[in-house]
Amino acid sequence: MPSASRLHVPHPPARPGEQADFSYLKLAPAGSVARPDTRAPADQVAHLATTLVRVLDENHRAVGPWDPHLEPTELQIGLRHMMTTRALDDRMQKAQRQGKVSFYIRSMGEEAVSVAAAMALRPGDMLFPSYRQQGLHIARGRNVMDLMCQCLSNSKDMCKGRQMPIMYHWGGGNIFSVSGNLTTQVPQAVGWAMAAAIKGEDHIAATWTGEGATAEADFHHAMTFAAVYRAPVIINVVNNQWAISTFQGFAGGEQQTFAARGPGYGIPGVRVDGNDYLAVNAVTQWAAERARTGAGATLIEHVTYRAGPHSTSDDPSRYRPKDEFKSFPLGDPIERLKHHLIALGAWSEEQHRALEQELEALVSEQWKESVSYGTMTEGPSLDPDTLFDDVFKEVPDHLERQREEMRKLRGA
Amino acid sequence: MPQMNMVQALNSAMDVMLGRDNSVVVMGQDVGYFGGVFRVTDGLQRKYGEHRVIDMPIAEGGIIATAIGMGVNGLRPVSEIQFADYIYPAFDQVASELARLRYRTAGDYFAPVTVRVPAGGGIRGGQTHSQSPEALFAHICGIKVVMPSNPYDAKGLLISSIEDDDPVIFFEPKRLYNGPFDGDPNKPAIPWSTHPKGEVPDGHYKVPIGQAEIVRPGAEVTVITYGTLVHVAEAAAKASGIDAEIIDLRSIVPLDVETIATSVKKTGRCVIVHEATRFSGFGAELAATLQEECFWHLEAPIERVTGWDTPYPHAFEWEYFPGQARIIAALKKVKAGV
Repeated sequence: MPSASRLHVPHPPARPGEQADFSYLKLAPAGSVARPDTRAPADQVAHLATTLVRVLDENHRAVGPWDPHLEPTELQIGLRHMMTTRALDDRMQKAQRQGKVSFYIRSMGEEAVSVAAAMALRPGDMLFPSYRQQGLHIARGRNVMDLMCQCLSNSKDMCKGRQMPIMYHWGGGNIFSVSGNLTTQVPQAVGWAMAAAIKGEDHIAATWTGEGATAEADFHHAMTFAAVYRAPVIINVVNNQWAISTFQGFAGGEQQTFAARGPGYGIPGVRVDGNDYLAVNAVTQWAAERARTGAGATLIEHVTYRAGPHSTSDDPSRYRPKDEFKSFPLGDPIERLKHHLIALGAWSEEQHRALEQELEALVSEQWKESVSYGTMTEGPSLDPDTLFDDVFKEVPDHLERQREEMRKLRGA
Repeated sequence: MPQMNMVQALNSAMDVMLGRDNSVVVMGQDVGYFGGVFRVTDGLQRKYGEHRVIDMPIAEGGIIATAIGMGVNGLRPVSEIQFADYIYPAFDQVASELARLRYRTAGDYFAPVTVRVPAGGGIRGGQTHSQSPEALFAHICGIKVVMPSNPYDAKGLLISSIEDDDPVIFFEPKRLYNGPFDGDPNKPAIPWSTHPKGEVPDGHYKVPIGQAEIVRPGAEVTVITYGTLVHVAEAAAKASGIDAEIIDLRSIVPLDVETIATSVKKTGRCVIVHEATRFSGFGAELAATLQEECFWHLEAPIERVTGWDTPYPHAFEWEYFPGQARIIAALKKVKAGV
C-alpha cells in the first residue's frame, strides 16, 4: 500500500510516433440497447449513459429498437448536407492556406452530430451551437455563400466584420450566435427553453458543446437549471476525444462517460455513436419528444473523433498519432451513411462520386461569388463607420463623438 | 402622493412592469416565495405567479446566462444578484455575452436584461457585502450602468431600465433602502418620509437613463457623485458653508457629460466623490473627461474623495467610508486652489 497520495496526471493512449489505441472506448453492438419510453425518469434509464446507442451494423444495415425508419429520400438529403458541409470545409481550409481568410475551423468527421440532429428537430426549435456545428446551418438550408461571406468579413458579412471567421448566426433560421467564450451558450439555451415553457410554447432548444468545454462552470449551471426547471432542452456533448492538444481524460472522461453526468443532475444521459447518422437522428428524436411533452431535458454524448486539426492554427501531429483517425472504430459518418444507402439499393458509388463533384463545383462557384463581395484585402468592403453601430440599440453621444474622431483621422 | 422608501419604490416599479407587460419576468435567489432578502420583490410572486417571479439556484452565472436566453426568446428578464459582491461568477456572461450580443450579431439578436444589484457600504457589511464595483461594468462596452440615490429616481430609473432594449446593470445602494444617510452612523436613522424624493407616484413613469440631476445648485465648487454619497455630499456642503453645486449622476453609462461639464465650466472647481476604491475607479474617468472638456475653466486640480485602495474593512468602516469630514476637507482644498 502506498503511504501517500500521488497526483494523477492523465495521459492519452498514444502520442506521435506511437500506435493509435482506442481500447479505452467502451463500445456496444448496433441494435443492442433498448429504447425506453420518452417519459421515463432519469433513474430508470441510467444504462443509456454508459452503453452506446448504435443503429448501423457492420453490414451497413439499420438494426434494433433505435432505428428511426427514415425514408431513403430523407437519408439522401442528410447525406447531401453532410457532404456539403465537408466540401465547404475543404474549400475554406484551402482559402485560409491561400491567405484569403484569416482563420477556419473544420468539422471533418463530426458532420452527423450536427446534420442528423438538425434533421430531427423542427424549424421553430432554437439551436445554440459551438464553433464546430456548421452542419446545422447547412441542414437548415443556408446558402454556403452566406457562411463564406462571414469568413471573408466582406460587404455581405452577416456580422458586419465584427467576428472572427466561423462565428456565424442566423436570425431567420433560429440559429444562435457563436461566441469565442466556451460553453456560455449552454446555459443560455436552457434559459431560452425556460422561456418557451413560461410562454407555453412547444418549441425546444438544443445546444452543442465539446467534451473539453464541459469542464467550464457554465456546463454545471446549465445542467442544474435544466434539471431544476425541467427545461425543454437537449444538451449535446460532442466528445471528439480532443480539446486542441488535450485528450478527453483531462475534461474528466477517464473514469466515467460524459453522458453519465446527466443522471447525477436527474437528467437522462444518452451515449450515442456520433458517426452513425441514424443513431444521432433517433436519439435526438427521443430527446426532442421528451422535451416537447414536458418530461424535461436530455444530455446526449456523441462519441466521435476530431479528424482534422483543431483549427487552421493547429498542428495535431505534435500531440497525437498522425493516422489516429484511420483507427477510430466508429469510422467516418459520410462513408457509413453512403454504404447504408447502397445496402438499401438507394445509392451507388457512381451517384456518390457525381454528388461529390456537383457539390465541389457548387462550393467553388459560391466561393467565386463570395469573393466578388470583397475579401480582407480587396473591396468592396464594409464602411468602417459602422463599427460604432449596434454596441447599443441607439448610438450614444460618446460613440458618435468617437465616430467623428475616426472619420477625421481617416480624412473621410 | 404616496410615500415610499426605496425598497417599496423598486417593488412598485417591478409591480407596474409585471402588470403592463407579460414578457417581464423577475428572477433570482430568494426573490419569489420569500420576497427577497431585502424585501424588494415582496408579494410579487403571490400576485403574478411562480412563472413570472422565479426563485433560482445559487448560481450567479446561471442566473445571468438563463436571463440572456430568455431575453433572446422574447422575454424581458429583471434578474437579481443578491449582493454586488457576488456578481463576479456572472462576469463572463455579462462582459462576454450580455454586453456584446447585439454587436456581434449586427443587431440580429439582443437580450433586454436588467440586472438588479444591491451595492455599497455603510452597513457593517465587511468585505463581501459592501462593494461598489460599478467601474468594472462601466468599462464594458454595450451595457448601461445606473445607480439611483432616492425612491423617486429608483422607481423611474428601474422602469426605464426594464423597458430599455439594451442591458442595464442597476446598482441599488442598500444603505439607502430605508432612508437617506448623511454619513454619520451615530445619528438616529431618518425615514424616506422626511425627504421630498420619498414621494413616489403609484403608476408608470420614467426617469431617463443618461441624465444627471443637479440636486443642489451652487456657484463655488461642483461636486459630482452618485448613490449614498449624494446625501453625504449634501450634508457636507451645508456644513462647510461653501456654495457647492451637487450633481447626482444617476447614470454612469451613458454619462451625462453636458451637465457635468457645464457645471464645472461655471464653478471652475470640482470634487468627485464615490464609495468605490480610487485606483481606476469611475472617478478617474470623470476627472479625465472634465480635464478634456473644461481645461481652460479649471481654477484648481480636480479632487477625488473615494474609498481607500483596500478591501472593504469591517471594524474600520467609518475610517474607510468617505464621510462628511473628508468631503469638507476636499471642498476647502479646491476652493483654496492649492
